Amino acid sequence: MANTAITFRAIDGKGGFYGLLAACGALLLLGAYGYFQMEHHGHIITGMDNQIVWGMPHVIALFLIVAASGALNVASTASVFGKSIYKPLAPLSALLSLALMGGGLAVLMLDLGRSDRMIVAATHFNFKSMFALNVFLYTGFFTIVGAYLWLMLERRMNRWSQAAGVAAFIWRLTLTTGTGSVFGFLVAREAYQSALLAPMFIVLSFAYGTALYLLTLAAACAADGRPLGDIILNKLKNLLATFVAASLYFVTVFHLTNLYFTRNHGVEQFILLDGGIITGLFWLGQIAIGYVLPLVLLLAPGATLGRILTACVAIVIGGLSQMYVTIIGGQAWPLDLFPGYAAKSSFFDGEIHSYAPSLVETFLGLGGFAIAAIIVIIALKVLRLLPEKLDNATLDPHHSK
Amino acid sequence: MPRRLLQLLLLLLAAVALPVHAGEGHVPKPVLTIEHPGQCIAPPEVMRRTHMDMLKHQRDKTLRLGERGAKISLNGCIECHASRKTGSVLGSNENFCQSCHAYVAVKLDCFECHQPKTGMLKSAATAGGQP
Amino acid sequence: MSEQQTPDAGRRDFLGATAAATAAGLGFVALAPGMQLIKFAEANASTNAATGQFASSKVRWGMLIDTTRCATGCTDCVTACATENAIQPGSGRPGQSSQWIRKIELKEQKTGREISLPMMCQHCAEPPCVDVCPTGASFKRADGIVLVDRHSCIGCRYCMMACPYKARSFVHEPLTQQNPEVPRGKGCVESCTLCVHRVDKGEQPACVEACSKGEHTAMLFGDLNNPDSEIAKRIATTATSQVRADLRLDPGVRFQGI
Repeated sequence: MANTAITFRAIDGKGGFYGLLAACGALLLLGAYGYFQMEHHGHIITGMDNQIVWGMPHVIALFLIVAASGALNVASTASVFGKSIYKPLAPLSALLSLALMGGGLAVLMLDLGRSDRMIVAATHFNFKSMFALNVFLYTGFFTIVGAYLWLMLERRMNRWSQAAGVAAFIWRLTLTTGTGSVFGFLVAREAYQSALLAPMFIVLSFAYGTALYLLTLAAACAADGRPLGDIILNKLKNLLATFVAASLYFVTVFHLTNLYFTRNHGVEQFILLDGGIITGLFWLGQIAIGYVLPLVLLLAPGATLGRILTACVAIVIGGLSQMYVTIIGGQAWPLDLFPGYAAKSSFFDGEIHSYAPSLVETFLGLGGFAIAAIIVIIALKVLRLLPEKLDNATLDPHHSK
Repeated sequence: MPRRLLQLLLLLLAAVALPVHAGEGHVPKPVLTIEHPGQCIAPPEVMRRTHMDMLKHQRDKTLRLGERGAKISLNGCIECHASRKTGSVLGSNENFCQSCHAYVAVKLDCFECHQPKTGMLKSAATAGGQP
Repeated sequence: MSEQQTPDAGRRDFLGATAAATAAGLGFVALAPGMQLIKFAEANASTNAATGQFASSKVRWGMLIDTTRCATGCTDCVTACATENAIQPGSGRPGQSSQWIRKIELKEQKTGREISLPMMCQHCAEPPCVDVCPTGASFKRADGIVLVDRHSCIGCRYCMMACPYKARSFVHEPLTQQNPEVPRGKGCVESCTLCVHRVDKGEQPACVEACSKGEHTAMLFGDLNNPDSEIAKRIATTATSQVRADLRLDPGVRFQGI
């Protein structure tokens, strides 16, 4: 079998390795600066207030967390769905998943008003709260995916890796359902209150995770001079296109349903028509750049590596836009306490809430990317994550092409 | 290699022992000025060892169960122990709470929310926390 | 590697098993007093509640607001709340200042009819803020008052996202001028406490007292469970409504004249 001929090797770490690590380190320091400023002075120095209570850190953290779940996709395709051609790609997939989750969770926890109370969060539980359940889901995620990664790397344990892969797949579906439900359970806000948000987040995770995986794989292979064949690229490209199409489907159904309910016309008009930056990010960021452009780039004949990677970057931009529209847009639309009445108050009832992210909270959010990047870069150097060759001949010697 | 192990252990011990002495001489020993002579709710030895447990359990009884007028009351402590000079239990290393807590380097979380100064009650109709 | 059990291996297994059993036993012993204490506290609570020393579920505190008597432009209740609870305007943007009660001026879009009313935490019987709080800091007391336990609040603001009445505020900066009876601080979420520190002394919330002393007398406070209280009698005879009643949260605050 072709797979037994594949050897895994850590990257050499020459070239721009330490430069890249230093750059990520600098971004991490900026994130730390943002955090310490926020922790010391309070959220008064941020763009968040009592109307927009979750801001840029949550946008970035949730993107990372959702993408983390999806980054495990490639590994699941091998272990759960038995597509053995993806098996050499699985270790990097699991590691990327852990790294992105670590980065996202760090940002989320550091944005807490009382981040010194993490022990309280870990010892006092209200099990009706999605956040409390998340403590277990996320801890379990690290344990299970960590075990899965180890079982894949430790050759003597390889026969258990499929079982771990199935467990990881089920666990992360539960986890992402929970993430979507954080919003879906909120009956108070018109932009949320929907059971569709949970499966939608799962499908979005497939797209974001696979896109980030492709970017990481291509970057790692290029940096270490390892060949990346077009067989595996084409397979990943088609997988990615399917996920993007499915994402577009879910978003369409979500908004069409909301448009059917007369009581939701206000919030839909806000998001789709006159919400300013929210509308711009929805149509341009999420739909055009996040779905339409990648579909064109990926599905039009003659897709080159450059086109595929451009599509991946576009999906990431679309993902961040989607999170902004969901999180900020959902808060910007005022609560409708008295339907049929126009409200006015000193607490901003009845008016659209604006949000201007500050530097400190943006730094904190970007620090999450830095954490994920540093983990991946160091892991590639220390662990044997990446196959030596992923070209056509190695992966599929009998392929006619 | 027992000798290597012993060397490593000694190195670790030294690494741990040094910082322990780093702060000696910089933080003054606690100065407890008792502004209102009289009886605290328990003898000093008991208070020193258990005031944190008393507060931790009473706070739940007061807040969650609605118990009022209990023997243990943070406002009660403050009314009695606040320094006459600053009117507070914080503010200098000679003030009651801060004095010991600065010495043993245990961060005081209470006063992020609780008022450390006396005489700040808004309602006119209460004697507020007088023991 | 030989499968033969050497005496040392047998001893190792025995030690391992004993250690595991001891650890499990110690773990249980460590937990058991905690579990005992919880039972002890619960038993105590129910006994004391009967004697009236603790908040009791026999009582349900509520408010009735007569919007026909509430005047546009009058903010007596807001001022009284700010004074009582020592809520000062923040040093940041206006949107970052805490507001436990606010006056909402309403105008019916089709008819132009105007209404003025105060809005604060509705002290729901089924509070969504309590459901979503990860640490259980947001809780409902036995007598119906919904509070934030700032000892466990981690400042995640999930309750602020969940509240259908936008009742909660987040403290964005360090505070120093708190009322000793109303602890509040940076990084925790807060909302109207129905002046629990006054109610427990047998007084009325500051907003109700201010409104009663003023010329409007639009606010009434009392025990919804007591059929002889004025509020219960008014609710049983006059038309009143709850805000966003379709959500079935059963708020303790009712309005007349909407």
